[in-house]
Amino acid sequence: MVERTPILDFLTYAFLMIGILIVGFPIIYSLIAATLPLDEVSRVPMPLIPGDQFMVNMKEAWTRGDLGTQITNSFIMATGITVGKICVSMIGAFSIVYFDYRFRKLAFASVFCTLMLPVEVRILPTYEMAANVLSPLQAVWDVLHLNGVVSWFTGNEFSLTLNWSLLDSYSGLIFPLIASATCTFLFRQFFLTIPEELCEAAKIDGASPMTFFRKILFPLSKTNIAALVVIEFVYGYNQYLWPLLVTTNTKMTTAVIGLQNLIPQADDLPEWNIALGGALLVMLPPVLVVLFMQRWFVKGLIEKEK
Amino acid sequence: MIKRSFFKSRYLPYLLILPQILVTLTFFYWPAIQGIIQSFLLSDPFGRKSTFVWFYNYIELFTDPLYLKSILITFIFSLATAAVSISLGLFIASMANRALKAKALVRTMLIWPYAVAPAISGIMWLFLLHPSYGIVAIAIKKSMGVDWNPVLYGTDAMIMIVMASAWKEVSYNFVFFVAGMQAVPKSLIEAAAIDGAGPFRRFWTITLPLLSPTFFFLMVMNIIYSFFETFGIIHTVTQGGPGGSTNILVYKVYQDGFVGLNLGSSSAQSVVLMSLIIIITFLQFKFVEKKVQYSG
Repeated sequence: MVERTPILDFLTYAFLMIGILIVGFPIIYSLIAATLPLDEVSRVPMPLIPGDQFMVNMKEAWTRGDLGTQITNSFIMATGITVGKICVSMIGAFSIVYFDYRFRKLAFASVFCTLMLPVEVRILPTYEMAANVLSPLQAVWDVLHLNGVVSWFTGNEFSLTLNWSLLDSYSGLIFPLIASATCTFLFRQFFLTIPEELCEAAKIDGASPMTFFRKILFPLSKTNIAALVVIEFVYGYNQYLWPLLVTTNTKMTTAVIGLQNLIPQADDLPEWNIALGGALLVMLPPVLVVLFMQRWFVKGLIEKEK
Repeated sequence: MIKRSFFKSRYLPYLLILPQILVTLTFFYWPAIQGIIQSFLLSDPFGRKSTFVWFYNYIELFTDPLYLKSILITFIFSLATAAVSISLGLFIASMANRALKAKALVRTMLIWPYAVAPAISGIMWLFLLHPSYGIVAIAIKKSMGVDWNPVLYGTDAMIMIVMASAWKEVSYNFVFFVAGMQAVPKSLIEAAAIDGAGPFRRFWTITLPLLSPTFFFLMVMNIIYSFFETFGIIHTVTQGGPGGSTNILVYKVYQDGFVGLNLGSSSAQSVVLMSLIIIITFLQFKFVEKKVQYSG
């Protein structure tokens, strides 16, 4: 600081402590609740001294909520979205920035338009799409009356129905959420800041486009990729609406949705110790990812949104 | 924009952009167009019969008091959430920016709620504000003498979901405010200090105005967040109730479409939401950023 302000400094730290406590309070309180037996967690007010039932509650939440399966599902979904988004958008941005071709501008514009339009605003038709990914082809087929045409040619009654459902599958959980432009946009911005000389030199050395991509562009993008891994993993893991729609089989449900079954309803025993224990378990993977990869996460977040 | 030096290849660039285009077309453009078409159709929930009804679904929508109420609720909810989380984020960030020695530690302790799913935030706050067990609920009852019950009263339920949503978003705002504050030139602060301006004066007259782009950016992001990502909170905590008092637009689309099977209305609502977010994004790009930069 510019001048000495001991009183203000003290106040700063005091307020900061209060701020951290407020932000941390729900977690601390949930942690305590998760260590208590049922009769203590439902006492009013709940004691603030941790009990000794932590492992018991955790085990109960784990088995009752089938968290092993569900966290695995969440993990697969989050990883799939992360890897898919990064791959698709990185090569897409490479194409847009480093090549000159006729539909380049159109391609970029069409991708750019999807920016900031989340899946939430087109849930019904996207669901119908996932229920049958081939429906556009079917529509074209029907419009052209190809059933009739084929029947006429072959002389037999012919009808074709195309159906490929993504419901209750990992591809259904993953693919519709890969369709966003934020990553492409970010990679494009980053590629534009890379010096021209690198590409020039690569070309003089006779490197093919893919060699340039593999040997120069990819290594240079490592920090960006690390940052995006954190952000997209958290995004994928915490999805709610889409997995809720696309999965009906309990074996395919993701953890964040499965937790709903652990919350005590009006007539149930108020087993909040188990509900909150489960909540803590489920939130652990993304929180750990953010904490351990803080540096990249902050960098990526700020670059991604601006 | 394109690089001055680029590769020439006949098929490769198309091949590279193909996955992106394919995914975008199947899961973005096709559904979006279907949604728009469906919003002009009236279909019965069981059969496949549907009739073209022009703007019937939209007229129904905007004359439906429940929908108008949902719009109002959404705006109250998102503005309240943004106000709480932005002001808290700014406050903590300004403190953290002063506490130079503990900066890394402070950041670690504040950043993690970003990674908590909205639905989980909802569960934790439901417990804290639960009418019969919640410690915060009891504190409110005792200190203010009000009959706090988010299960029965709409206003209380609204406060509950605002708390759950804002709590999660504080860390996001904190990160951006800290970054914004670090970008304020040291020389400006020092010059003002030499001129005799104290820490508070400097904050009000230098830091805060320079933060206005961050401020507006966060306003937009927070509103978008509370419009869409809070679905998980509503679904786990209130399910739109009591009496539709927390039935925000996204939740209503889901309820009317998937629970009520009213496809036409749900599609029309989606189109309205789509237009809303396009307007918000457009405003951010066109006006807010420019205006803030020029006047700041």
